[in-house]
Amino acid sequence: MITFSSTHLIYLIEAARWTLLLSVIAFIGGGIVGLILALGRVSEIKALRFLSGAYIQIIQGTPLLVVLFLAYFGLSILGLDIPPIVAAGLSLTLYTSAFLGEIWRGCILSVPKTQWEASNCIGLSRAQQYRYVVLPQAMRIAIPPTVGFMVQIIKNTSITSIIGFVELARAGQIVNNSTFQPFITFVFVAIIYFAMCYPLSLASRHFERKLNVGK
Amino acid sequence: MLSYSFDFSFLMTTWPAFMRGAWQTILLAGSSIAIGFIVALVCAIIRSGKNKFASGLVGAYVEVIRNTPLLVQIFIVYFGLPSLGLKLSAETAAVIALVINTGAYGSEIIRAGIESIAKGQLEAAECLGLNKFQVYWHIILIPAVERVYPALSSQFVLLMLSSSITSQISAQELTAEANLIQSETFRSFEVYLIVAAIYLALSVLFRVVLWAIGEVAFVRRRKLRT
Repeated sequence: MITFSSTHLIYLIEAARWTLLLSVIAFIGGGIVGLILALGRVSEIKALRFLSGAYIQIIQGTPLLVVLFLAYFGLSILGLDIPPIVAAGLSLTLYTSAFLGEIWRGCILSVPKTQWEASNCIGLSRAQQYRYVVLPQAMRIAIPPTVGFMVQIIKNTSITSIIGFVELARAGQIVNNSTFQPFITFVFVAIIYFAMCYPLSLASRHFERKLNVGK
Repeated sequence: MLSYSFDFSFLMTTWPAFMRGAWQTILLAGSSIAIGFIVALVCAIIRSGKNKFASGLVGAYVEVIRNTPLLVQIFIVYFGLPSLGLKLSAETAAVIALVINTGAYGSEIIRAGIESIAKGQLEAAECLGLNKFQVYWHIILIPAVERVYPALSSQFVLLMLSSSITSQISAQELTAEANLIQSETFRSFEVYLIVAAIYLALSVLFRVVLWAIGEVAFVRRRKLRT
């Protein structure tokens, strides 16, 4: 009878690296698309506002698991024999971008209107207004919720275990299949997730307090 | 080359199964939301209360739940608890895990509402001669929940969507139904497109129903508007 041992723990920790890698992919991909979405949401062009709004509503209105299945089966329809990490990365990017887009839109909108008017007066173009006036201020406001959302990203990578991508949650299932000690195995899995997420939660709260000091 | 042709003909025979799945999701999410709200309310009251030990305990519960994935929580409840002698059906385990999850998120939201109540309100209420319980109920709790109700509703809609994860322990709900249908029809992409559309409709439905509940529950807000 195999019992849960340090070997299993090391295996879990090694699998956690894939969780982190996937989180980084999702954050970078979702960040790029999310910024475009946020700018689209506050654009002067009505069609852009509508399109990015619709995208966000659709992604936020469907479970990540279903998006994951669509990416997984959709990509294979295209005749591509793709590894699970591509479907996982794609669906997490879609998911992350919709939420970050909406968070960042709020941050852009919370920059006072007078800043727009003042920068307009000194003759900055719209692109310059964003580049030099609005985005730097919005970014300051955006740090706490963005760091907080990273926790959601890390946690949601666990869903990719369902299509067979071996990250922390899947590794937990594999260990459980050989030890038949589900309680201790998944508690350790939860502890490792907690160790990755809790510092980010604390950091998010710290940034938020720091931001509110100036007010 | 894209030589794939979409085929939705399976809908003719499987539509009732989709609807059954949607109904099961409504029941699963609805009961989790209802119980989860009560748990959240109790936790928020304890957390903002004077008892340091109880408040710390609830704080730890909230942090642990908010920093671990729902999938792992579901696994611990469904696979882990039986090894401690507590055997649960998939649906019961799903509801328990979802309730534990919403309880944590909801309590943080309600706590923010409780903390946002201005001190002057309490002093005014005391001046009017309300007793402790009346103050807590009418001046703190109801206005607090009313104030954070929109955030609470969003959290509940998110919970309904994440209930799809409970398909992994073969709880009866929409995604589990879809998994079954796609294994019979081999039309995976189409099946999940339909499921995505149904979830979208469900999230609109939940939003509308939660809004309506808010309109009925918060008399003051309704009266102030007119």
